[in-house]
Parts: sequence; structure tokens; C-alpha cells
Amino acid sequence: MANFFTDNKHLKFHLSHPLMKKIVELKERNFEDYETYDDAPKDFEDALDNFEKVLDIIGEIAGDTIAENAEDVDATGAKVVDNHVEYAEGTKENIEKLKNANLFGLSLPRKYLGLNFPIVPYVMSAEIISRADAGFANIWGLQDCAETIHEFADEEMRQEVLPRFNRDGITAAMDLTEPDSGSDLQSVQLKAHYDEQKGTWMLNGVKRFITNGDADVALVLARSEEGTKDGRGLSLFLYDKKADKMSVRRVENKLGIKGSPTCELVFKDAPAELIGNRKMGLIKYVMALMNSARLGVGAQSVGIAEAAYREALTYAHDREQFGSAIIKFPAVYEMLTDMETKVAAMRSLLYETSRYVDIYKTYQFISEDRKLEKEERQEMKKYQRLADVFTPLTKLFSSEYANQVAYDALQVHGGSGYMKDYPVERIFRDARITNIYEGTSQLQVVAAIRGVGNGTFLNVMNDFSENKVKPELEYLQKMLGKMKDQYEKAVRKVRDMEDDEYWDFHARRLVEMAGNIIIGHLLLADSNRDQEYDKAASLFINKGRSQNIQHYSYINNIGIRELGDFKK
Amino acid sequence: MSFRILVLVKQVPDTRNVGEDAMKADGTVNRGALPAIFNPEDMNALEMALKVKDYHPDTEVIVMTMGPTRAADIIRESMYRGADDGYLLTDRKFAGSDTLATSYTLAAGARKLQPFDVLIAGRQAIDGDTAQVGPQVAEKLKLPQITYAENIEKISKTKITVKRRLDRGVEEVAVKMPVVLTAHSSADPCRPRNAKRLLKFKNARTIGELQNETEDYTNMGNAKSVHKISEWTVDDLDINPENLGLQGSPTKVKKIENVVFKQKDSVKLSESDEDIEKLMKDLITSHVIG
Repeated sequence: MANFFTDNKHLKFHLSHPLMKKIVELKERNFEDYETYDDAPKDFEDALDNFEKVLDIIGEIAGDTIAENAEDVDATGAKVVDNHVEYAEGTKENIEKLKNANLFGLSLPRKYLGLNFPIVPYVMSAEIISRADAGFANIWGLQDCAETIHEFADEEMRQEVLPRFNRDGITAAMDLTEPDSGSDLQSVQLKAHYDEQKGTWMLNGVKRFITNGDADVALVLARSEEGTKDGRGLSLFLYDKKADKMSVRRVENKLGIKGSPTCELVFKDAPAELIGNRKMGLIKYVMALMNSARLGVGAQSVGIAEAAYREALTYAHDREQFGSAIIKFPAVYEMLTDMETKVAAMRSLLYETSRYVDIYKTYQFISEDRKLEKEERQEMKKYQRLADVFTPLTKLFSSEYANQVAYDALQVHGGSGYMKDYPVERIFRDARITNIYEGTSQLQVVAAIRGVGNGTFLNVMNDFSENKVKPELEYLQKMLGKMKDQYEKAVRKVRDMEDDEYWDFHARRLVEMAGNIIIGHLLLADSNRDQEYDKAASLFINKGRSQNIQHYSYINNIGIRELGDFKK
Repeated sequence: MSFRILVLVKQVPDTRNVGEDAMKADGTVNRGALPAIFNPEDMNALEMALKVKDYHPDTEVIVMTMGPTRAADIIRESMYRGADDGYLLTDRKFAGSDTLATSYTLAAGARKLQPFDVLIAGRQAIDGDTAQVGPQVAEKLKLPQITYAENIEKISKTKITVKRRLDRGVEEVAVKMPVVLTAHSSADPCRPRNAKRLLKFKNARTIGELQNETEDYTNMGNAKSVHKISEWTVDDLDINPENLGLQGSPTKVKKIENVVFKQKDSVKLSESDEDIEKLMKDLITSHVIG
């Protein structure tokens, strides 16, 4: 009888952010569905109530079913039987429950049988499910592929595929990486050729490290332009499992997220349909897909951290040493409070980014039906620019924090945490992938540093510092102001060297400095809205400040000359 | 093949989370102090009905409850999970009913909803724990009954085969329909709420609820697709008022006692082999084990 939505008041808090009203009004387009669909809301309050009620169901399934199955799923994992994936029993039950509750396709429009939810509640569902079982969160989160089909496929394909998500509970996969194309997707080799006789595209080749590789539908990145070598020769295809021309060669044996099958796939004359336009596969569609997948990993990371923190908190209350519960000792309570602060920080950033994505994507869809007004266009561009740099920032911070929180949670357990007797070791193993897949932390820095270079982060800081805060919080705002000055100095120092390699060398430090200030502002805004967050804001900003001082000092001391000492 | 199944449900105080003010001085349950929930075994009953509907989609599942206006909550809960419709029997004259008066009222409601093929109730409710209402309804409707039902094994046009969960095993019973079943907690747990049904039926209301919510009666129920949950009072049922509520309830609570289990005897044992051996022998001779 656990409910992972109702037992976590922070979720409701983020769901009720002031910007949600705008998001819902855009998404529901003046609530025009109300007259046609039984499940459409009549106004903002009604929509918000719908989100809460549906998340309540997801919270219940997560608490009662998915979390209960997590240990077994981790122990059994998925396996290959007759060239296909067989999920662990618990995974099958999880999918069945979610399917029967008509929860798949949460964010698809109602005409494709979805619930037309914005990204924010959808991301929240991923957080909730990840807290229950981070591995299963992948299978849930791959609904992102439906979003990609919705965004880029023609109407015929949309109508053919999208309703199956909600109606049949189909799962999806994004088949991108290959044995020799990991981070560098431009070198993808899987071949697509158009078979004139059969009138269809055919796929031939191998994919590797494919999450949920044996899904009902897959988005496959393939080389459609013979003789090309880079990203411009790649297109995106839809492969349907029903064709039965793709076999699973193996399922990887991983450190964590064992319930999520990571597959090696062989395509042999596999018929597939082209999504959107040729040659746009990597440069447009996969980039969009990756962005939502990164947000998904952000949500997964928050869920993992939430689970880890709760395990540690319970253990620290229960475990007695030296005549008292260990939570009474400064060394332990400091760890717990740091964890709690990090969870608050990553969640705040996650939902801020989700709101940006919501706004610009909704405008994009609206623009399919009518020409946007000038202000609307400007707003769309503004939020898209923000989302472009906030997405890697979210992925970077939340995945690193998830690892730190899981690490500390295990530490709080002492020797017991190292044993299989407690869930924390599983959570610790599951956390480790988050800062690796969908682009390593190092690659998130490459994307996020653009926000440092083009001044987007600085503008955001300036905008945020205009926010009026309660008098008792003004000292924190001032502190953030000083951190901003220091950040600007650091950026100038690195930029003035006019050396790309030096810029890359300090990039992570600069991004982290920016992130600390931005998250500080977000927590300050949370705390301005609800004093519940006063402590998190103050603790985070103080920690961030000391980390930024450290980075600043390091940047000042390690110049171009010192760079040589690092080179291998 | 399709069936018409009536499920009796009850909203009960959550006696699993009992505080100090759970009982009133007169020995009755203080309903106001406890959160109201869907009686757990009634949810098993609902699931049993919905499973039949899974296999025979044209089947109609109707829930019926007796209680105050707020008991409409569990009708909505049932509809979120798949029930087609619900009836609320509500009237001040029903207040204070014991099992006899309750079963009298429910049987009257069920009679009005005839014909049905199967009536399923939870075995017992967690507030009274009598397990009497289901069987009494069956008696009053002159229908065969299968209590402690765990699963409907087979259902055909006229005959149903049900597995019963008994203390020392299971039993399969086949009987002609219509029939009354009472569902045991070992039956499948109820499925989660369905998102689309929830969004559709969250505004389903009884007339009493609409009156409470709306000040302007003229606009009442005009909102789009507000599903109306039927509400039946004494006047809607063919019943004798003398058999209702407190008046129709012969049960009198004589005394209520708070029983706190205290340990009477205790034996201290050491970790020595002799002590453990002695304990084992004692347990075996007293037939606690072995």
C-alpha cells in the first residue's frame, strides 16, 4: 500500500509552478478538446486535477507493483530466447498493469488515444517510476520515441503507430549506437536501401547497446545515402517487430539496471519505413530524440536519488550504535542533509527544464496548424534556446548527483550497505549508468558550455536576479550576485587565452559554476514560494559558493602553461 | 455470451489504522475519526466481476452500496476500475442498520436490479467483521450462495464453477445461476484505476452530491458528460419501513471491551545448546510445531 506520488509532497509543489498555467493553456489550445473528448479538461484547474489524479495511479502502481518487483527483476534480468528478448516476470507484470490502466502515451494528443499531458507531468511519471525501479524507467521512458514519431513523421504513420501505445501498451526503442559508433554517431554504418520491387526500405547491419532492443517498434538510424561517410548521409526509419526480420544476438550482462535489456541486434533485409525526410536522421530527428532522452535520464536520476535518500534515512533512524540511532551523529546527519539538498536541487532544475521544453514544443505543434504571432515566435525561440542548454545541464547535474547520493546512501548503511540484503546496493549500481548513457557527463559539458560561451546562462542569471524575494532571503540573492561576478571573471580569464583546448579543459568547471548559480536561483524561487525550501536554498547556495571559489581558484592557477602537465 | 453482475460494496472506516478515538462511549465505531476506504474484500469481489467482463466484454458490471452521500466515492472508485454503473441506496431511515436491516435493504435494491446472473459481495467488512450480509442477501433473494469464493473457474450461459478457499484446502462448487458469491481476500486483488476511465468519471455524481455542490439548482448537471450515479431512497424501493435502520435491527451492543493482549508467562532462555534443546522439546510436545 505505497503510493510514490502522494507520499512525496515535492511533486505536487513542482506541478503547481506558476508557469504551469501558461503551459496547460497552450497545450490545451483554449480547451477545445473539452467538447469532443470525455477525458479532456475544461479549464486549468481541471487539467491540474487530472495530472494529480493520473499521477496518483502511477504512484500506486509504482509503489505496489514496480517497487515490489524490483529486487526479483534485478536478480533475474532479461534474457534471450529464440533470438528475442524475454523480460523478467516482474517486468512483464509492470507493463501489463500500466497498459491496462491506459497509461502509455501519456503525452500524445487525444486523437492518437493519448492523454495530452504536458512534458512536466510526463517527466514526473518517469521520476516516480524510476524511484521504484530505475531499470524499468527505461522501458517506460522510451515512449519518447512516440513523441519523435509525433514530431517528425507524416500523418499516415502517426495514425498507424501512435494509437498503439495507449491501446496496446507497445514499447519502443531507439536504435542508434553500433559496435564502432558510440558517442560518434556520424559514423553509423547500418545500411538502408530502397527495394524498388518490394517498394520499401530495407535495413541490413548490426546495432549494439540498444536499450529495450526487442521493442514492438524501433527508430533505427541508418545510412541511406550510399558513399557518404558523415551524419548527412543518415536517415531515421521505423521498424516494426511484426516484420520479424531482426534478431537479438545477445543481451549484455551489466552492472545495474538489469531489468532493462541492452541488446545487440542484427537486421537482415528488415523492411522499414522512412520517418520524415531523408538525410535528416541524425542532424535533426536524433538530436531531438536525444534531448528528450536526456531529460528522461534526468528524471531517472532524480528518482534514483530519491530512493537512495529514503533508504539511507530509514536506515539511519533504525540503526543504533554507541547507544543511539546513528542519525544523531554529525557525520551521518550531514551526509543525509547534503543528500536531501541535492535531491531538491536536481528536482528543481529538472522541472524548470521540462517547463522550457513544454513551452517551445507546444508552440512548434501549434505552428503546424496556424502561423504564430510575432511574440509567440519570439517566445518559442527564447524557450528553445533555454532548453538547448538547460537539457545538458540537467543531465550533467542530476546524473552526477544521483551517483553522489547513492554513494553516500550506501555509506550510511556501513557494511550492511555492501551486502545484497538491502536495496541500496542495487540503487547504487543502477545509478552508475546515468552519467554514462545518452551522452556521458563529458559530452553534456560539450553541449552545455555553449550556454557559457554565448551568454545564455549569464542572461538567465541576470533575469533571475530581478526576481523579488522575501526580505529574509535577500542575503542569499546577494550571495548569488557575488557568485555571478566571480563566474564572469572566470569565464573572461579562460576566454582571454583564446585557446580552444584551454577552453575545453576548464569547460566543466565553468559549466558547474554556472549550474551552481542557476540552481541556487531556482531553489531561492522555490523557497520564495514555500518556506519549506528555505533550508535547501540556503544550504545549496552555501555549498555552491564554496565549490565555485574552489573552481575559480583552480582556473586562476592552472593556465595554458600548466595544461602541458596534464597531457598524455 | 454476456452476463449481468451485481457487486455489493461498502465504504468502511479504515480500522487498520486505529487511533484512540476509534470507538465511541456507546460501543459503536466512531466513523468520523477514521478515514473512509473501500472495504478490501469488496475490491476482491469487484475484480472477480471485472475478470468475467475481460473475457466477455459485453458483460455489465453494476455496483451497489448503502450509505451516506459520501459513499458515492466508492462507486466512482469502482467505475474507475471498470464498473459500468453504480447505485447508491441512501436515506436517513437506513441509518443504524445491523446486518439484518442492511441485508433487507440491499436485497430490496438487488431485486429492483433483477435480472442478474451473479451477485458478488466481499466476504466481510472490516468494521463489523460479521460475514453475514452476503449470505443474508442470498437467503432473502432465495438464491444459492457460495461463500469464501476465491476464483470463478468457469462460467457458461446457466452454470458457474467457483473455487472456494477453506481453512484446510480448496473446494470447487458448480451451481446454476443466478447465484450469490462472497469473495475471500485470497482472491485476486483489484486492478488499478484506469487513467481514462478516471478522467471520464471523476465528475460522476449522485443527485445528493450535486445538491450539496451546486447552489444554483437550475444549472445542476448541465456540465458536459456528468455521469449521474443513481440514488435510491426508501421511496424508490418496495420495502417495509419497519424493517429498516435502527428500528429493523435486533442487534443490541451490550458492552464493548478493549482487549489488550498481555504476556502472561515468560521463560528466559540462554543461548546454550541445552536450553535450545529444551525449547524444541517443549514446542514439539505442545504441538506448536511437529
